[in-house]
Amino acid sequence: MSRAALLVLADGRFPAGGHAHSGGAEPAVTQGRIRDADDLAAFCRGRLHTAGLTAAALAAAAAHGLDPLALDEAADARTPSPALRATARKLGRQMMRAARATWPSPELDALATARPRGAHQPVVLGLTARTAGLGPEDAAHCVAYETVSGPATAVVRLLSLDPFHATAVLARLAPELDEVAAQAAEAARHGIDALPAASAPLLDITAEAHAAWPVRLFAS
Amino acid sequence: MHLGHTHDGPAAVSADATRPDGTRRALRIGLGGPVGSGKTATVAALCRELRDRLSIAVVTNDIYTREDAEFLLRNAVLPPERIQGVETGACPHTAIRDDISANLEAVEDLEEAVGPLDLILVESGGDNLTATFSKGLVDAQVFVIDVAGGDDIPRKGGPGVTTADLLVINKTDLAPHVGSDLQRMARDAKEQRGELPVLFTSLTSAEGVGPVADWVRVQLAAWTA
Repeated sequence: MSRAALLVLADGRFPAGGHAHSGGAEPAVTQGRIRDADDLAAFCRGRLHTAGLTAAALAAAAAHGLDPLALDEAADARTPSPALRATARKLGRQMMRAARATWPSPELDALATARPRGAHQPVVLGLTARTAGLGPEDAAHCVAYETVSGPATAVVRLLSLDPFHATAVLARLAPELDEVAAQAAEAARHGIDALPAASAPLLDITAEAHAAWPVRLFAS
Repeated sequence: MHLGHTHDGPAAVSADATRPDGTRRALRIGLGGPVGSGKTATVAALCRELRDRLSIAVVTNDIYTREDAEFLLRNAVLPPERIQGVETGACPHTAIRDDISANLEAVEDLEEAVGPLDLILVESGGDNLTATFSKGLVDAQVFVIDVAGGDDIPRKGGPGVTTADLLVINKTDLAPHVGSDLQRMARDAKEQRGELPVLFTSLTSAEGVGPVADWVRVQLAAWTA
Protein backbone atom coordinates (compact mmCIF):
# COMPACT_ATOMS: atom_id res chain seq x y z
CA MET A 1 0.00 0.00 0.00
CA SER A 2 1.41 3.37 -1.00
CA ARG A 3 0.13 6.37 0.89
CA ALA A 4 1.45 8.67 -1.84
CA ALA A 5 -0.59 6.82 -4.49
CA LEU A 6 -3.67 7.66 -2.44
CA LEU A 7 -2.73 11.34 -2.58
CA VAL A 8 -2.40 11.18 -6.37
CA LEU A 9 -5.80 9.52 -6.76
CA ALA A 10 -7.57 11.80 -4.25
CA ASP A 11 -6.06 15.03 -5.61
CA GLY A 12 -8.75 17.37 -6.90
CA ARG A 13 -6.51 17.97 -9.92
CA PHE A 14 -6.58 14.29 -10.91
CA PRO A 15 -7.79 14.78 -14.51
CA ALA A 16 -10.99 12.75 -14.45
CA GLY A 17 -13.63 15.37 -15.21
CA GLY A 18 -14.89 16.16 -11.70
CA HIS A 19 -14.30 19.91 -12.06
CA ALA A 20 -17.36 20.31 -14.29
CA HIS A 21 -19.78 18.82 -11.73
CA SER A 22 -21.30 20.37 -8.60
CA GLY A 23 -22.73 17.24 -6.97
CA GLY A 24 -26.16 18.83 -6.79
CA ALA A 25 -24.88 22.10 -5.32
CA GLU A 26 -25.87 24.24 -8.32
CA PRO A 27 -29.64 23.63 -8.03
CA ALA A 28 -29.38 23.91 -4.22
CA VAL A 29 -27.72 27.33 -4.58
CA THR A 30 -30.22 28.52 -7.19
CA GLN A 31 -33.18 27.41 -5.05
CA GLY A 32 -31.76 29.19 -1.99
CA ARG A 33 -30.96 26.10 0.08
CA ILE A 34 -27.23 26.90 0.15
CA ARG A 35 -26.52 30.55 0.99
CA ASP A 36 -23.49 30.38 3.29
CA ALA A 37 -20.86 28.10 4.80
CA ASP A 38 -23.28 26.63 7.37
CA ASP A 39 -25.71 25.63 4.62
CA LEU A 40 -22.81 24.13 2.68
CA ALA A 41 -21.82 22.07 5.74
CA ALA A 42 -25.39 20.77 6.11
CA PHE A 43 -25.62 19.96 2.40
CA CYS A 44 -22.30 18.11 2.44
CA ARG A 45 -23.19 16.18 5.59
CA GLY A 46 -26.45 15.03 4.04
CA ARG A 47 -24.81 14.01 0.80
CA LEU A 48 -21.97 12.22 2.61
CA HIS A 49 -24.20 9.98 4.73
CA THR A 50 -26.55 9.07 1.87
CA ALA A 51 -25.26 9.03 -1.71
CA GLY A 52 -21.69 9.30 -0.38
CA LEU A 53 -21.91 6.17 1.76
CA THR A 54 -23.45 4.18 -1.09
CA ALA A 55 -20.79 5.30 -3.55
CA ALA A 56 -17.96 4.75 -1.08
CA ALA A 57 -19.10 1.17 -0.45
CA LEU A 58 -19.24 0.43 -4.19
CA ALA A 59 -15.68 1.73 -4.53
CA ALA A 60 -14.50 -0.27 -1.51
CA ALA A 61 -16.08 -3.41 -2.97
CA ALA A 62 -14.32 -2.90 -6.31
CA ALA A 63 -11.01 -2.33 -4.52
CA HIS A 64 -11.70 -5.50 -2.51
CA GLY A 65 -11.83 -7.48 -5.76
CA LEU A 66 -15.57 -8.08 -6.17
CA ASP A 67 -16.76 -8.44 -9.79
CA PRO A 68 -16.85 -4.91 -11.26
CA LEU A 69 -19.66 -5.75 -13.71
CA ALA A 70 -21.87 -7.04 -10.92
CA LEU A 71 -21.00 -3.91 -8.93
CA ASP A 72 -21.91 -1.77 -11.93
CA GLU A 73 -25.38 -3.35 -11.93
CA ALA A 74 -25.60 -2.84 -8.16
CA ALA A 75 -24.76 0.83 -8.73
CA ASP A 76 -27.53 1.12 -11.35
CA ALA A 77 -30.00 -0.38 -8.89
CA ARG A 78 -28.93 2.16 -6.25
CA THR A 79 -29.25 5.20 -8.54
CA PRO A 80 -32.93 5.89 -9.27
CA SER A 81 -32.33 9.11 -11.24
CA PRO A 82 -31.57 8.50 -14.94
CA ALA A 83 -29.69 11.83 -15.06
CA LEU A 84 -27.43 10.72 -12.21
CA ARG A 85 -26.89 7.30 -13.79
CA ALA A 86 -25.78 9.05 -16.97
CA THR A 87 -23.50 11.37 -14.99
CA ALA A 88 -21.98 8.45 -13.05
CA ARG A 89 -21.20 6.60 -16.30
CA LYS A 90 -19.82 9.71 -17.97
CA LEU A 91 -17.51 10.38 -15.02
CA GLY A 92 -16.64 6.69 -14.90
CA ARG A 93 -15.53 6.81 -18.50
CA GLN A 94 -13.38 9.87 -17.78
CA MET A 95 -11.93 8.22 -14.66
CA MET A 96 -11.16 5.13 -16.73
CA ARG A 97 -9.15 7.16 -19.25
CA ALA A 98 -7.08 8.78 -16.49
CA ALA A 99 -6.67 5.45 -14.67
CA ARG A 100 -5.46 3.57 -17.74
CA ALA A 101 -2.87 6.28 -18.35
CA THR A 102 -1.68 6.42 -14.75
CA TRP A 103 -1.96 2.83 -13.42
CA PRO A 104 -2.51 0.61 -16.48
CA SER A 105 -3.71 -2.93 -15.79
CA PRO A 106 -5.48 -5.81 -17.54
CA GLU A 107 -8.35 -5.47 -15.03
CA LEU A 108 -8.98 -1.87 -16.09
CA ASP A 109 -8.68 -2.81 -19.78
CA ALA A 110 -11.24 -5.58 -19.27
CA LEU A 111 -13.77 -3.25 -17.64
CA ALA A 112 -13.18 -0.59 -20.32
CA THR A 113 -13.86 -3.21 -23.00
CA ALA A 114 -17.00 -4.47 -21.28
CA ARG A 115 -18.34 -0.93 -20.64
CA PRO A 116 -16.99 1.28 -23.47
CA ARG A 117 -19.53 4.03 -22.62
CA GLY A 118 -18.38 4.00 -19.02
CA ALA A 119 -19.08 2.04 -15.84
CA HIS A 120 -20.30 3.85 -12.70
CA GLN A 121 -17.54 6.16 -11.46
CA PRO A 122 -17.18 4.71 -7.93
CA VAL A 123 -16.69 1.23 -9.39
CA VAL A 124 -14.00 2.50 -11.76
CA LEU A 125 -12.36 4.45 -8.95
CA GLY A 126 -12.34 1.37 -6.71
CA LEU A 127 -10.76 -0.74 -9.42
CA THR A 128 -8.23 2.04 -10.03
CA ALA A 129 -7.36 2.07 -6.34
CA ARG A 130 -6.85 -1.70 -6.50
CA THR A 131 -4.56 -1.33 -9.49
CA ALA A 132 -2.60 1.39 -7.69
CA GLY A 133 -2.00 -0.99 -4.79
CA LEU A 134 -4.51 0.69 -2.48
CA GLY A 135 -7.03 -0.98 -0.20
CA PRO A 136 -10.84 -0.87 0.12
CA GLU A 137 -10.76 1.72 2.88
CA ASP A 138 -8.51 3.98 0.79
CA ALA A 139 -10.98 3.79 -2.11
CA ALA A 140 -13.86 4.52 0.24
CA HIS A 141 -12.03 7.54 1.66
CA CYS A 142 -11.41 8.87 -1.84
CA VAL A 143 -15.06 8.63 -2.87
CA ALA A 144 -16.38 9.94 0.45
CA TYR A 145 -14.09 12.95 0.16
CA GLU A 146 -15.12 13.60 -3.46
CA THR A 147 -18.75 13.55 -2.33
CA VAL A 148 -18.15 16.69 -0.28
CA SER A 149 -15.18 18.38 -1.99
CA GLY A 150 -17.01 18.65 -5.32
CA PRO A 151 -19.95 20.66 -3.91
CA ALA A 152 -17.57 22.78 -1.78
CA THR A 153 -15.48 23.79 -4.81
CA ALA A 154 -18.61 24.45 -6.86
CA VAL A 155 -20.13 26.65 -4.16
CA VAL A 156 -16.97 28.76 -4.02
CA ARG A 157 -17.57 29.49 -7.73
CA LEU A 158 -21.37 29.80 -7.55
CA LEU A 159 -21.68 32.01 -4.46
CA SER A 160 -18.19 33.56 -4.37
CA LEU A 161 -18.08 31.92 -0.93
CA ASP A 162 -14.84 32.60 0.96
CA PRO A 163 -12.59 29.66 -0.03
CA PHE A 164 -11.14 29.48 3.49
CA HIS A 165 -14.63 28.95 4.91
CA ALA A 166 -15.39 26.28 2.31
CA THR A 167 -12.18 24.43 3.15
CA ALA A 168 -12.89 24.74 6.85
CA VAL A 169 -16.24 23.00 6.22
CA LEU A 170 -14.35 20.06 4.70
CA ALA A 171 -11.89 19.96 7.60
CA ARG A 172 -14.73 19.87 10.17
CA LEU A 173 -16.26 16.92 8.31
CA ALA A 174 -13.06 14.86 8.53
CA PRO A 175 -14.13 12.65 11.46
CA GLU A 176 -17.41 11.85 9.69
CA LEU A 177 -15.54 11.10 6.47
CA ASP A 178 -13.41 8.58 8.36
CA GLU A 179 -16.54 7.05 9.84
CA VAL A 180 -18.33 6.71 6.50
CA ALA A 181 -15.21 5.25 4.86
CA ALA A 182 -14.86 2.66 7.64
CA GLN A 183 -18.55 1.75 7.39
CA ALA A 184 -18.27 1.40 3.60
CA ALA A 185 -15.16 -0.77 3.78
CA GLU A 186 -16.76 -2.99 6.42
CA ALA A 187 -19.86 -3.49 4.27
CA ALA A 188 -17.68 -4.39 1.27
CA ARG A 189 -16.25 -7.34 3.21
CA HIS A 190 -19.69 -8.95 3.30
CA GLY A 191 -20.37 -9.08 -0.43
CA ILE A 192 -22.48 -7.17 -2.93
CA ASP A 193 -25.82 -7.85 -1.26
CA ALA A 194 -24.57 -6.28 1.99
CA LEU A 195 -23.67 -2.96 0.33
CA PRO A 196 -25.64 0.04 1.61
CA ALA A 197 -28.35 1.54 -0.59
CA ALA A 198 -28.83 4.92 1.07
CA SER A 199 -30.00 7.75 -1.18
CA ALA A 200 -31.08 11.39 -0.96
CA PRO A 201 -34.42 11.80 -2.76
CA LEU A 202 -34.09 15.58 -3.04
CA LEU A 203 -30.71 15.22 -4.77
CA ASP A 204 -32.31 12.74 -7.21
CA ILE A 205 -35.22 15.09 -7.94
CA THR A 206 -33.15 18.24 -8.38
CA ALA A 207 -30.63 16.36 -10.55
CA GLU A 208 -33.45 15.49 -12.96
CA ALA A 209 -34.59 19.13 -13.10
CA HIS A 210 -31.03 20.48 -13.41
CA ALA A 211 -30.28 18.20 -16.36
CA ALA A 212 -32.99 20.06 -18.32
CA TRP A 213 -31.85 23.62 -17.48
CA PRO A 214 -30.91 25.49 -20.68
CA VAL A 215 -28.36 27.67 -18.88
CA ARG A 216 -26.13 26.29 -16.13
CA LEU A 217 -22.52 26.46 -15.00
CA PHE A 218 -22.07 22.80 -14.08
CA ALA A 219 -22.84 19.61 -15.96
CA SER A 220 -24.53 18.11 -12.89
CA MET B 1 3.31 -2.18 -13.13
CA HIS B 2 4.17 -0.97 -16.64
CA LEU B 3 3.69 2.76 -16.55
CA GLY B 4 3.64 4.40 -19.95
CA HIS B 5 3.30 1.25 -22.05
CA THR B 6 1.23 1.44 -25.21
CA HIS B 7 -2.31 0.20 -24.94
CA ASP B 8 -3.92 -2.51 -27.03
CA GLY B 9 -7.20 -2.16 -25.13
CA PRO B 10 -10.19 -0.06 -26.16
CA ALA B 11 -9.98 3.64 -27.11
CA ALA B 12 -6.82 5.68 -27.34
CA VAL B 13 -5.74 7.42 -24.15
CA SER B 14 -5.12 10.99 -25.28
CA ALA B 15 -2.90 12.27 -28.05
CA ASP B 16 -2.22 8.92 -29.74
CA ALA B 17 -1.92 9.73 -33.43
CA THR B 18 -3.71 6.59 -34.51
CA ARG B 19 -7.16 5.20 -33.86
CA PRO B 20 -7.50 1.87 -32.05
CA ASP B 21 -7.67 0.17 -35.48
CA GLY B 22 -4.29 1.64 -36.47
CA THR B 23 -5.47 4.26 -39.01
CA ARG B 24 -4.38 7.86 -38.57
CA ARG B 25 -6.98 9.85 -36.65
CA ALA B 26 -8.35 13.29 -37.55
CA LEU B 27 -6.17 16.37 -37.12
CA ARG B 28 -7.35 18.31 -34.06
CA ILE B 29 -7.02 22.09 -34.05
CA GLY B 30 -7.88 24.22 -31.01
CA LEU B 31 -9.22 27.77 -31.24
CA GLY B 32 -8.95 29.95 -28.15
CA GLY B 33 -8.95 33.64 -27.26
CA PRO B 34 -10.77 36.33 -25.30
CA VAL B 35 -14.56 36.75 -25.19
CA GLY B 36 -16.01 38.30 -28.33
CA SER B 37 -12.90 38.11 -30.52
CA GLY B 38 -14.67 36.08 -33.20
CA LYS B 39 -13.76 32.47 -32.39
CA THR B 40 -17.19 31.05 -33.18
CA ALA B 41 -17.50 33.19 -36.32
CA THR B 42 -14.06 31.93 -37.42
CA VAL B 43 -15.07 28.31 -36.78
CA ALA B 44 -18.29 28.85 -38.76
CA ALA B 45 -16.42 30.44 -41.66
CA LEU B 46 -13.79 27.65 -41.66
CA CYS B 47 -16.53 25.02 -41.77
CA ARG B 48 -18.19 26.71 -44.76
CA GLU B 49 -14.86 27.06 -46.58
CA LEU B 50 -13.59 23.51 -45.94
CA ARG B 51 -16.67 21.29 -45.61
CA ASP B 52 -16.98 20.42 -49.31
CA ARG B 53 -13.54 18.83 -49.44
CA LEU B 54 -13.07 17.63 -45.86
CA SER B 55 -15.02 15.63 -43.29
CA ILE B 56 -15.21 18.06 -40.35
CA ALA B 57 -16.61 18.07 -36.81
CA VAL B 58 -16.62 20.74 -34.08
CA VAL B 59 -16.40 20.53 -30.28
CA THR B 60 -17.43 23.69 -28.40
CA ASN B 61 -16.55 24.50 -24.77
CA ASP B 62 -19.18 26.98 -23.64
CA ILE B 63 -18.87 28.57 -20.22
CA TYR B 64 -22.46 28.41 -19.06
CA THR B 65 -24.72 28.11 -22.08
CA ARG B 66 -24.97 26.18 -25.31
CA GLU B 67 -24.81 29.44 -27.26
CA ASP B 68 -21.74 28.64 -29.34
CA ALA B 69 -22.97 25.20 -30.31
CA GLU B 70 -26.40 26.70 -31.07
CA PHE B 71 -24.92 29.50 -33.17
CA LEU B 72 -23.20 26.90 -35.33
CA LEU B 73 -26.40 24.85 -35.55
CA ARG B 74 -28.57 27.86 -36.36
CA ASN B 75 -26.23 28.89 -39.12
CA ALA B 76 -26.25 25.33 -40.40
CA VAL B 77 -22.50 25.32 -41.02
CA LEU B 78 -22.47 21.57 -40.32
CA PRO B 79 -25.18 18.96 -39.72
CA PRO B 80 -26.09 18.80 -36.00
CA GLU B 81 -24.52 15.38 -35.48
CA ARG B 82 -21.13 16.92 -36.29
CA ILE B 83 -21.27 19.50 -33.49
CA GLN B 84 -20.85 18.58 -29.83
CA GLY B 85 -20.78 20.85 -26.78
CA VAL B 86 -18.70 20.13 -23.67
CA GLU B 87 -19.75 21.57 -20.29
CA THR B 88 -16.86 23.12 -18.42
CA GLY B 89 -18.01 23.91 -14.85
CA ALA B 90 -17.37 27.64 -15.40
CA CYS B 91 -13.75 27.04 -16.45
CA PRO B 92 -13.05 26.47 -20.15
CA HIS B 93 -9.30 26.69 -19.55
CA THR B 94 -9.53 23.70 -17.19
CA ALA B 95 -11.42 21.66 -19.77
CA ILE B 96 -9.00 22.45 -22.62
CA ARG B 97 -5.75 22.23 -20.65
CA ASP B 98 -5.75 20.80 -17.10
CA ASP B 99 -8.41 18.10 -17.37
CA ILE B 100 -9.08 17.28 -21.00
CA SER B 101 -11.04 14.08 -20.40
CA ALA B 102 -14.48 15.45 -21.38
CA ASN B 103 -13.09 16.96 -24.58
CA LEU B 104 -11.30 13.74 -25.53
CA GLU B 105 -14.55 11.90 -24.99
CA ALA B 106 -16.39 14.32 -27.29
CA VAL B 107 -13.69 13.89 -29.94
CA GLU B 108 -13.94 10.10 -29.73
CA ASP B 109 -17.74 10.16 -29.82
CA LEU B 110 -17.69 12.32 -32.96
CA GLU B 111 -15.19 10.01 -34.67
CA GLU B 112 -17.38 7.05 -33.75
CA ALA B 113 -20.68 8.67 -34.78
CA VAL B 114 -19.78 10.44 -38.03
CA GLY B 115 -16.19 9.36 -38.77
CA PRO B 116 -13.80 8.87 -40.31
CA LEU B 117 -13.07 12.57 -39.93
CA ASP B 118 -10.27 14.62 -41.48
CA LEU B 119 -10.46 17.57 -39.13
CA ILE B 120 -11.88 18.33 -35.68
CA LEU B 121 -12.03 21.96 -34.55
CA VAL B 122 -12.06 22.32 -30.75
CA GLU B 123 -13.30 25.75 -29.74
CA SER B 124 -12.72 27.15 -26.26
CA GLY B 125 -15.25 29.43 -24.60
CA GLY B 126 -13.96 32.99 -24.32
CA ASP B 127 -11.28 33.09 -21.63
CA ASN B 128 -8.24 35.06 -20.55
CA LEU B 129 -4.91 35.60 -22.30
CA THR B 130 -3.26 32.65 -20.55
CA ALA B 131 -5.69 30.01 -21.83
CA THR B 132 -3.92 27.47 -24.00
CA PHE B 133 -4.82 23.97 -25.16
CA SER B 134 -3.14 20.82 -23.88
CA LYS B 135 -0.97 18.96 -26.39
CA GLY B 136 -2.88 15.89 -25.25
CA LEU B 137 -6.03 17.36 -26.80
CA VAL B 138 -4.99 19.23 -29.94
CA ASP B 139 -2.22 18.98 -32.51
CA ALA B 140 -2.11 22.71 -33.21
CA GLN B 141 -3.75 25.78 -31.74
CA VAL B 142 -4.99 29.09 -33.03
CA PHE B 143 -5.35 32.13 -30.76
CA VAL B 144 -7.94 34.64 -31.96
CA ILE B 145 -7.84 38.26 -30.78
CA ASP B 146 -9.43 41.30 -32.37
CA VAL B 147 -8.44 44.89 -33.04
CA ALA B 148 -11.35 46.26 -30.98
CA GLY B 149 -10.17 44.48 -27.83
CA GLY B 150 -7.25 46.90 -27.64
CA ASP B 151 -4.20 47.17 -29.90
CA ASP B 152 -1.90 46.60 -26.91
CA ILE B 153 -2.86 42.91 -26.55
CA PRO B 154 0.00 41.61 -28.75
CA ARG B 155 2.45 43.71 -26.72
CA LYS B 156 1.08 42.32 -23.43
CA GLY B 157 1.81 38.80 -24.68
CA GLY B 158 0.83 35.87 -22.46
CA PRO B 159 0.91 32.18 -23.38
CA GLY B 160 -1.93 32.44 -25.92
CA VAL B 161 -0.38 35.26 -27.91
CA THR B 162 3.22 34.09 -27.66
CA THR B 163 2.96 30.32 -28.07
CA ALA B 164 -0.09 29.60 -30.28
CA ASP B 165 0.82 27.98 -33.60
CA LEU B 166 -1.16 30.71 -35.33
CA LEU B 167 -2.20 34.14 -34.05
CA VAL B 168 -5.28 35.57 -35.79
CA ILE B 169 -5.98 39.29 -35.38
CA ASN B 170 -9.62 39.62 -36.38
CA LYS B 171 -12.04 42.46 -37.24
CA THR B 172 -9.46 44.57 -39.11
CA ASP B 173 -12.40 46.41 -40.72
CA LEU B 174 -13.05 47.99 -37.30
CA ALA B 175 -9.51 49.36 -36.88
CA PRO B 176 -10.23 52.91 -38.13
CA HIS B 177 -13.34 53.12 -35.94
CA VAL B 178 -11.68 52.09 -32.68
CA GLY B 179 -8.35 53.81 -33.28
CA SER B 180 -6.30 50.59 -33.40
CA ASP B 181 -2.89 50.72 -35.07
CA LEU B 182 -2.56 47.55 -37.18
CA GLN B 183 1.12 48.11 -37.94
CA ARG B 184 1.90 48.43 -34.27
CA MET B 185 -0.04 45.22 -33.59
CA ALA B 186 1.93 43.42 -36.31
CA ARG B 187 5.24 44.72 -34.95
CA ASP B 188 4.41 43.76 -31.35
CA ALA B 189 3.18 40.33 -32.42
CA LYS B 190 6.38 39.71 -34.36
CA GLU B 191 8.41 40.69 -31.31
CA GLN B 192 6.48 38.32 -29.06
CA ARG B 193 6.26 35.42 -31.50
CA GLY B 194 9.42 35.46 -33.58
CA GLU B 195 8.87 33.25 -36.63
CA LEU B 196 5.42 31.97 -35.59
CA PRO B 197 2.78 33.15 -38.08
CA VAL B 198 0.29 35.98 -37.60
CA LEU B 199 -2.73 36.57 -39.86
CA PHE B 200 -5.00 39.63 -40.05
CA THR B 201 -8.61 38.85 -40.93
CA SER B 202 -11.89 40.59 -41.51
CA LEU B 203 -14.62 38.00 -41.76
CA THR B 204 -16.93 40.56 -43.40
CA SER B 205 -14.51 41.17 -46.31
CA ALA B 206 -14.38 39.21 -49.56
CA GLU B 207 -11.17 37.45 -48.51
CA GLY B 208 -12.80 36.52 -45.20
CA VAL B 209 -11.36 33.50 -43.44
CA GLY B 210 -9.35 32.47 -46.55
CA PRO B 211 -5.84 32.93 -45.07
CA VAL B 212 -6.76 30.90 -41.97
CA ALA B 213 -8.28 28.17 -44.14
CA ASP B 214 -5.04 28.05 -46.16
CA TRP B 215 -3.05 27.67 -42.93
CA VAL B 216 -5.35 24.81 -41.87
CA ARG B 217 -4.82 23.09 -45.24
CA VAL B 218 -1.04 23.27 -44.73
CA GLN B 219 -1.36 21.73 -41.25
CA LEU B 220 -3.56 19.00 -42.65
CA ALA B 221 -1.13 18.23 -45.47
CA ALA B 222 1.69 17.88 -42.93
CA TRP B 223 -0.49 15.68 -40.67
CA THR B 224 -1.47 13.25 -43.40
CA ALA B 225 1.94 13.23 -45.16
